[in-house]
Amino acid sequence: MSDLGIVFALLGAATAVLLAGAGSAIGVGIAGQAAAGVVTEDPGKFAKVLILQLLPGTQGIYGLLVGFIVLSNIGLLGGGVADISLQTGLLIFAACLPIGLVGLISAIFQGRTAVASIGIVAKKPDQFAKSMLFPAMVETYAILALLISILSVTSIKI
Amino acid sequence: MAVLKMQKINICSMKKNRKQILETIQSMGVIQIIPDSGNEQGFHKMDTSAQRFQFEKTAATVDQALEILQKYVPEKQGMLSSLEGRKYVDHQIFDQAMENKRLYLSVANEVVQSEKKMAENHANILKMQVKIDNIRPWMNMDIPMNTTGTKKTDVLIGTLDREYTLEQVYELLVQEKIDAPVDISIVSASKNQTCLVLICLKRDTGMVEEALRIHGFARVPFLSRKTPKHRIETLLDKISQLEEETEKIKARMSDLAVNREDLRLISDYFRIRAEKYGVLGGLAQSQNVFFLSGYVPERDAGKVVDKLENNLDALVEVEDIPEEEEVPVQLSNNHFSESVEGIVDSFGLPHKGEIDPTFIMSFFYVFLFGLMLSDAAYGLIVSLACGIVLLKFPNMEDGLKKSIRLFFYCGLSTLFWGLMFGGFFGDLISVVASTFFHTEVTLPALWFVPLDDPMRLLLYSMLFGLIHLFMGLGIKGYMMIRDGKYLDCLWDVGLWFAFLIGLILLLVPSDLFASIAGQKFVFPAFLGVIAKVLTLVGLIGIIWMSGRRKKNPALRIALGLYDVYGITGWLSDVLSYSRLLALGLATGVIAEVVNTMASMMGDGVLGAIFFIFVFLIGHTMNLAINLLGAYVHTNRLQYVEFFGKFYEGGGKPFAPFKQHTKYVRIKEDH
Repeated sequence: MSDLGIVFALLGAATAVLLAGAGSAIGVGIAGQAAAGVVTEDPGKFAKVLILQLLPGTQGIYGLLVGFIVLSNIGLLGGGVADISLQTGLLIFAACLPIGLVGLISAIFQGRTAVASIGIVAKKPDQFAKSMLFPAMVETYAILALLISILSVTSIKI
Repeated sequence: MAVLKMQKINICSMKKNRKQILETIQSMGVIQIIPDSGNEQGFHKMDTSAQRFQFEKTAATVDQALEILQKYVPEKQGMLSSLEGRKYVDHQIFDQAMENKRLYLSVANEVVQSEKKMAENHANILKMQVKIDNIRPWMNMDIPMNTTGTKKTDVLIGTLDREYTLEQVYELLVQEKIDAPVDISIVSASKNQTCLVLICLKRDTGMVEEALRIHGFARVPFLSRKTPKHRIETLLDKISQLEEETEKIKARMSDLAVNREDLRLISDYFRIRAEKYGVLGGLAQSQNVFFLSGYVPERDAGKVVDKLENNLDALVEVEDIPEEEEVPVQLSNNHFSESVEGIVDSFGLPHKGEIDPTFIMSFFYVFLFGLMLSDAAYGLIVSLACGIVLLKFPNMEDGLKKSIRLFFYCGLSTLFWGLMFGGFFGDLISVVASTFFHTEVTLPALWFVPLDDPMRLLLYSMLFGLIHLFMGLGIKGYMMIRDGKYLDCLWDVGLWFAFLIGLILLLVPSDLFASIAGQKFVFPAFLGVIAKVLTLVGLIGIIWMSGRRKKNPALRIALGLYDVYGITGWLSDVLSYSRLLALGLATGVIAEVVNTMASMMGDGVLGAIFFIFVFLIGHTMNLAINLLGAYVHTNRLQYVEFFGKFYEGGGKPFAPFKQHTKYVRIKEDH
């Protein structure tokens, strides 16, 4: 049974990267569709809508961040895999859940908010700074989840 | 750090000076004209919309000509040409171009007409090519194309809709039981059609044609009196004529292109005039005099008065604006702080009675931005790039220049934090050292490495946040004191300060905090008492005083309790600064991911090439995405957390009547 520790640890890293990354892909994807629509009408707004499209992309990065810390902590990257008990493995798995799940959901909703904000830029380009704020609000919760994930992952003794 | 003080300026003068006065005001560009309400008796307004429209149209035509010239005679533009800003042009050169404006206008018109002519030629050439394609199968026919017959015979020129040989056509006629004398020659045959010429006696025509029609015969109604070969030659001739003409026009375009600079001046000239006429239309005028009023910044008022009264014989009066009137806002800050004016502007300029937050915000902005990006190398790159751009394009437009300067400062701050946290392209130095030189070298952090002790940076992030938020609350208090609302300041700001500071003093020595910080703080006993007193005074004070404008005591206390609930807002505001940690870590860790990937091929030449390749792509992406992140989230901390404490915005920007040009800026010699 104790061999399963490393499996769960890796499963944790995978969950973080996988869910958060998938969320970001969806979010950036739907925002990109709206952005492309705006650019067909007015190519001059390209830079602005591109920035808005990228906003839901950060969750994927947060997932990667946690995943990477896990991988380097359990020694998978260096070659010398640490001996991980089942309990530690499960702890790591649990620590990865916040950024995975919150990343998935918040990225999708941030993507939808970004779509609405792209609508603002299409009609009132001078309100760009404010339009950027709405998707950034959603991101707060991904950041909070990231925080707990990082704090737990780094504090688990291996 | 301030909003410029505005004054109201009233100008009255004889109509004969009108043009000169308006032009002077426009070139000075410091007065925002207040449109006349039209209520004064004996004054009327001029309708200038027709002239204005005419000037705008002219400017648009010249712009169009410039675009066409750019299309046919492209002007070389560097990649960064958009940073150059509009050129400065001497007043004299501008005036000189104006004297020849008719000439340049005719140039612009010629350009526009030429383009039209070229488009027509192009369309005609296409049409003729289609014609040639239609005639080509008939090339071998050596009679005029509109031949219909002789006195006794008819000539039918037409096509069958698939391939036939001569025999097959005769067979068709036999099939249809036609035995009249017929002469058929096939001109050409392809898979889709057979072109043929058929000669028969006039009396047989109907019968023969009918018989062939069943098999898909159709006459081709040619009109030309020439033989097909001849006809094609003439068409080709015409095409080459048109092409020649187009070439000539193109050559002429490059001759005309030398006027480009002057065309730009002309376009701006008409744009300026259009704006002037717009203002003219809003002026109150009587038989002999006109009257104008507007806002002028106090610091420029003297200059304006001096100029108008002494040189132009106008009556000028400058007055202070009463407190309650809403005036347009113009910010004025020192060289460093004005770089964040754009950020304040996009949130909203200070409303009446609010102070300009730019000065205080500028320090926090740069500080927080650096903390989020926190990589020495990235900071260096950003600063260097912005610095070079600033040096290389001194004429950049103001707004852009300020933004780039802001990023220059933010880059410096990033460099600073990067050194504090030991980040230089993440852990590049140690990775390169161990991969290629097999030694252990690390860039020591001046302070500490965040990934090793995230809890510590989290606490510091919240501390910075707390300072930022207290600063915001402090500004709110300052504004109240400035307006003489001392008691309100005590109740709304002082009590909150007491409550929050008391709570913090209670929290810090607690076990909970010790377990987070990993360190136990022991306060002397009297501090503990002070903390309790402050908290209680603050709490009770807020409950009792927040609803002080309500008479009903129950309602008053309910409102007070609701206000205390605002403590959750403070909690979430402070927690929000944890993004400083998260984003800082994100930059560092992704940089490490890139470095780890890059070093996977080991050392050696191949390894080095692979390393450089991955390094360049990976760090470019990381820098780009984290720059965006730092920018967005620094803005958010300023807009939501900081401004949320004291600032609403919503002031109207100062929009002076000036020369809104597109291509050049005119230097005045005064």
